[in-house]
Amino acid sequence: MTKRALPVTVMTLLLLAAWYIGAAWLNWPQAAETLARASKPAGFADVLAQAYTMKRPILPTPDQVVVELWNSLTGYAPSSPRNLLFHAWVTAEAALTGLAMGLGLGILLAAGIVYTRTLEASLLPWVIASQTIPILAIAPMIVVILGNIGLTGLLPKAVICMYLCFFPITVGMVKGLRSADPLWLDLMRTYSASGMRAFWSLRLPASMPFLFASLKVSVAISVVGAIVGELPTGGQAGLGARLLSGSYYGQTVQIWAALIMASLLSVALIAVVRGLELVLLGRAGAR
Amino acid sequence: MTFPNPLDVREATASRQGSDRAAPSAKSPVVVEARKLSLVYPTADKPVTALSEVDLTIARGDFVSLIGPSGCGKTTLLRVIADLERPTSGQIAIEGMTPEQARLKRLYGYVFQAPALYPWRTVERNVMLPLEIMGIARAERQARAREQLERVGLSGFERKFPWQLSGGMQQRVSIARALALQPDLLLMDEPFGALDEITRDHLNLHLTQLWRATGKTCVFVTHSIAEAVFLSTRIVVMSPRPGRILDVIDCNSLPRERTLDIRESPEFAAIAHRVREGLKEGHSYDD
Repeated sequence: MTKRALPVTVMTLLLLAAWYIGAAWLNWPQAAETLARASKPAGFADVLAQAYTMKRPILPTPDQVVVELWNSLTGYAPSSPRNLLFHAWVTAEAALTGLAMGLGLGILLAAGIVYTRTLEASLLPWVIASQTIPILAIAPMIVVILGNIGLTGLLPKAVICMYLCFFPITVGMVKGLRSADPLWLDLMRTYSASGMRAFWSLRLPASMPFLFASLKVSVAISVVGAIVGELPTGGQAGLGARLLSGSYYGQTVQIWAALIMASLLSVALIAVVRGLELVLLGRAGAR
Repeated sequence: MTFPNPLDVREATASRQGSDRAAPSAKSPVVVEARKLSLVYPTADKPVTALSEVDLTIARGDFVSLIGPSGCGKTTLLRVIADLERPTSGQIAIEGMTPEQARLKRLYGYVFQAPALYPWRTVERNVMLPLEIMGIARAERQARAREQLERVGLSGFERKFPWQLSGGMQQRVSIARALALQPDLLLMDEPFGALDEITRDHLNLHLTQLWRATGKTCVFVTHSIAEAVFLSTRIVVMSPRPGRILDVIDCNSLPRERTLDIRESPEFAAIAHRVREGLKEGHSYDD
């Protein structure tokens, strides 16, 4: 543990240093101008102090972001729209719903592709093509179309998440469902096991390590999907809405706090997937 | 590695023979009968004859070894018996049935070159797998799995995962799994090929005791002359290109009860010599 702590600490400090240098460099002209306009002294230290404390900096400093995060998380009830946890929950709800839908669709497609030759030839190119369309281009279309048939709120966002995250699951599960050793399959044949039985007792459990690898990718892009989905909806709530309103009013500190919150959300969700993997495959997978 | 005392095994199994042993009186003395059996694989450049006009009769209670260099069709012959391959011409009958009928009735147990245990199942659940597929009730499944694990000397390892066992122990689990079906016919494809010589000696001794105790018919593929002579009542010497039977050697000059000492006897040496001559005749030592 201590062996890993040192390099991680050094890397973190280096990144923070780079961030502070970047913030000073980017905010310098604006800070100098502000001081000049107020005809205040503009020595190096004065400008630096100003660059690190501006209300609307080009790049806020880490401490500004942390303070903003802290104020938001502790200053308001978790149910208040001023608390980032409220927005994170709204986004997580859509991301997890979309992930569940993507999981179902992904596994279904993979099973179809593995078991039907025609589907492999006819479906796989479409699955791949679907991922070449930029999500930013298709997300508003999904929102408009679903809104037109009366579906608003969580569902359009979840559909966008599903659209993004079924793909890694399909690709992983096609490989996973085919990963059974030929001897394992022969064994099923010597037992004259049915195709269904071979699926449940052999192919599906053999694919689990692949599924979890895909899930870790999917859960992260599902959060991205949810945030993208919140942008065209106008955004009353969610981390995406928070980003949008931050950019309307030039609140860069608020934007960065929401960005940090989004990455914390992704990390937390990946940790949950990892935990599930350990519980489900733990001893059997510890090879 | 520990093995139960051979006498214990005999006593333990004698009491169960009622359920386990084939009732020879009611059944024909012939278990496997092949006539002019041929199998040709189509390949890109030219067809490969894996089996050419093979005639073979295996009597009930026999321990028959198929020996020959790689490519002589010994594994193919075993797989044809098991209905894992279809012959291109000729006849084969297992207990008077086609191989497919025999497979659907689960008349044989198959032990592969590799243990082929499912890594996500515990040792016990691996042995229970065929019983699960047969739809046997949970309590009986477990009882039968434990009985077979005891028989191969692996009591106390029920809850372990395959990766926690040595290669020899894993192969014993796979033998227990084949025995759990309670088949009259045991098909083994170089089960000890990947193991070191000392482990192999132990397992050979164990296998011959098991065979005597259960009275099963065994077909055993090997490329070890010593192993074939030690275990068999009859040895089938095969040769490659095309795969055919060169010689069938009776081992009745050796006692039915085998100990490792018999390997020093002149009878053992005589049979081993004849096997070697047979292999030489098939030009197995050419290159």
